[in-house]
Amino acid sequence: MRFTPILAALALSASAAAAQDAITVAIQLEPPNLDPTAGAAGAIDSVLYSNVYEGLTRFASDGSIIPGLAREWEISEDGLTYTFHLHEGVTFHDGSAMDAEDVKFSLDRARAEDSTNAQKGLFAPIESVEVVDPLTVKVTLSAPTGNFLFNMAWGDAVIVAPESADNLANMPVGTGAFKFDNWVQGDRIELSRNPEYWGEPAKLARATFKFIADPTAAFAAVMAEDVDAFVGFPAPENLPQFEADPRFQVLVGNTEGETILAMNNKLPPFDNVKVREAVAHAIDRQAIIDGAMFGVGTPIGTHFAPHNPAYVDLTDLSQFDPELSKKLLAEAGFADGFETTLKLPPPSYARRGGEIIASQLRAVGIDAKIENQEWAQWLENTFKGKDFGLTIVSHTEPMDIGIYANPDYYFQYGKPEFVALMDKLNATTDPEARTALLQDAQRMIAEDYVNAYLFELAIPTIAKTDLKGLWLDQPTQAVDLTGVSWGQ
Amino acid sequence: MSRNLTLGIALTSVFVLAAFVSFVFTPYNIEQLDIPAKLQPPSAQHWFGTDHFGRDILSMIMVGARTSIAVALLAVGIGMGLGIPLGLGAAALRGGWLDEVIMRGNDLVFAFPSLVIAILITAVFGAGAVNAIIAIGVFNIPVFARLTRGAALGLWSRDFVLAARVAGKSRARISLEHILPNIANLMIVQGTIQFSLGILAEAGLSYVGLGAQPPIPSWGRMLADAQTLVSIAPHLALFPGMAIILTVLGLNLMGDGLRDWLDPRLRILRT
Repeated sequence: MRFTPILAALALSASAAAAQDAITVAIQLEPPNLDPTAGAAGAIDSVLYSNVYEGLTRFASDGSIIPGLAREWEISEDGLTYTFHLHEGVTFHDGSAMDAEDVKFSLDRARAEDSTNAQKGLFAPIESVEVVDPLTVKVTLSAPTGNFLFNMAWGDAVIVAPESADNLANMPVGTGAFKFDNWVQGDRIELSRNPEYWGEPAKLARATFKFIADPTAAFAAVMAEDVDAFVGFPAPENLPQFEADPRFQVLVGNTEGETILAMNNKLPPFDNVKVREAVAHAIDRQAIIDGAMFGVGTPIGTHFAPHNPAYVDLTDLSQFDPELSKKLLAEAGFADGFETTLKLPPPSYARRGGEIIASQLRAVGIDAKIENQEWAQWLENTFKGKDFGLTIVSHTEPMDIGIYANPDYYFQYGKPEFVALMDKLNATTDPEARTALLQDAQRMIAEDYVNAYLFELAIPTIAKTDLKGLWLDQPTQAVDLTGVSWGQ
Repeated sequence: MSRNLTLGIALTSVFVLAAFVSFVFTPYNIEQLDIPAKLQPPSAQHWFGTDHFGRDILSMIMVGARTSIAVALLAVGIGMGLGIPLGLGAAALRGGWLDEVIMRGNDLVFAFPSLVIAILITAVFGAGAVNAIIAIGVFNIPVFARLTRGAALGLWSRDFVLAARVAGKSRARISLEHILPNIANLMIVQGTIQFSLGILAEAGLSYVGLGAQPPIPSWGRMLADAQTLVSIAPHLALFPGMAIILTVLGLNLMGDGLRDWLDPRLRILRT
């Protein structure tokens, strides 16, 4: 480490010369396209959410829902009608005005039969969208939906214009504080300040997103100050080094990423709840957090974010107990264990976690054959093709317990009782009743041992010390730069 | 025996021995992860330190030697097993259409960059030790086929082969009984060199995640795993790196030494 002061000195002179109204932010994954209303990839939102595209409502860093393009709204007594009042003078980046017609267009487009929206479920409760006047739009729901304002904050529910909607994948046109400038595929996306912005203008004049997937390259890029911030730094083992370095601040925030060991509930032997319970008890969460994440992460016992007020700690249901696990396997008729596959996507939580889990499963007699897959392969073969016994993945969407109601989702649960519970939840607007139902749902999937719940993914962000206003937590996958500035 | 040969054999046998010993004994059980003991520097308990899962690196290298040697040996076996008969056949039928087919087939395989095709094979058929063996083995075939044909062609015009033909021996019998024994030395030397290249190729494939899959330890994957940790725990990369270097060095020295030692012309000079 003797060379650090020299490097620091070099870097200092370099950064002093640079203008302080630009930022280069690195993230790990590059978006496959730039249209959040048609693509499922979280990386699209990482770059564009809130920066370029805005919805009626939006997430704040703490997960709360705040007004977006709608400055305020009224909800009818029966919970069926939402009247949104839009901000005045909002224009898209191509100069056209944003009004109630655009809102109607965006919502109708997203819920249409032929819609390619990745989260169509968000719009399912909408029965009709009505333009009252250019700045007022009335949305009527078919059933009360407690989550509706939350749904409208998602990156998939942003407002787009009919003139530009077909070409968003390459040429994003939104209403946000930053305009899209340029995309050098495989390297970077450049944004610049939108001078016509309707709200408080961005403090940064230019923002560049760089895509650095490789952990070693990520480490080097931050150390060499090639990037000003790295959101979602991929190598937690390096955090102590950054913490000890006065040039950097390390923010470890919460995410909505429930990291799970998913089991194929329709594939024998995982169709047997005893086998799933045995798997859950064979796993030592703390060892995985320490070994794969270098201690960064919170253990979870169900598919729910622990920082959510409705979270129930159910980790006791699946305590690390190899003896119990062996007993359960014997009861299920697998006294000698069995063989299965463990398919691992690229992130280190999966690759490293997978090696630890395979070793823990081996200890109770389950021989999980590791197969490392690239993301495209994983999505095709494991996620869509359901050709797996076990896999590890982090579900980063907020409040996504509803995926358990879908029997075709890759782990194939969809128990009718759970579906009924979700239907009831969707029809409930009373916050306390909703919390109770959410807790029932958490218990049901934990008691059915649908998956083995490992930990809530934490997101480490490394930034230059004088960079202010970055999100700490990630209620949705986003790098919101609208409030970011260089401090003194 | 030359100094090179002695040193080469010594280095190689250290690793071969380590591989064999690992079947019955390793200092620690590498299937047992010990997370609290992770990333320890070398010490009296762990001579080479521990990795990011708390596994003993010395034990990992011993078992990793097994993987490297097995993959490289089988790959060379494929190369020799198919390449030598093809080369003998081509030489026996020199000038014929079969000779042409075999040699142009060789050129075809040679024309591809070997490691890239090995990556293709493992990417298409799935990562794993068996596919790595096949991928590396395929590229050993033309090496041996060409060498065999070249050496055998020279022998076919020698008097003792002519005598055998006059005696009525078939081409196949001559190839087996007279040609093969005379090129065996050459094949052993080439085999040693190819073996060292095989070890490198296996390490390369494992490094990009296409070789032996976890939990089977492999030197290449140990290096890949060490990548992000090298600034906090350099020993993680040092020892597997040294293992690869020393094995390859040993095999190359051994190949060189064997060539000098087995070459009849040099032998005459020596005596």
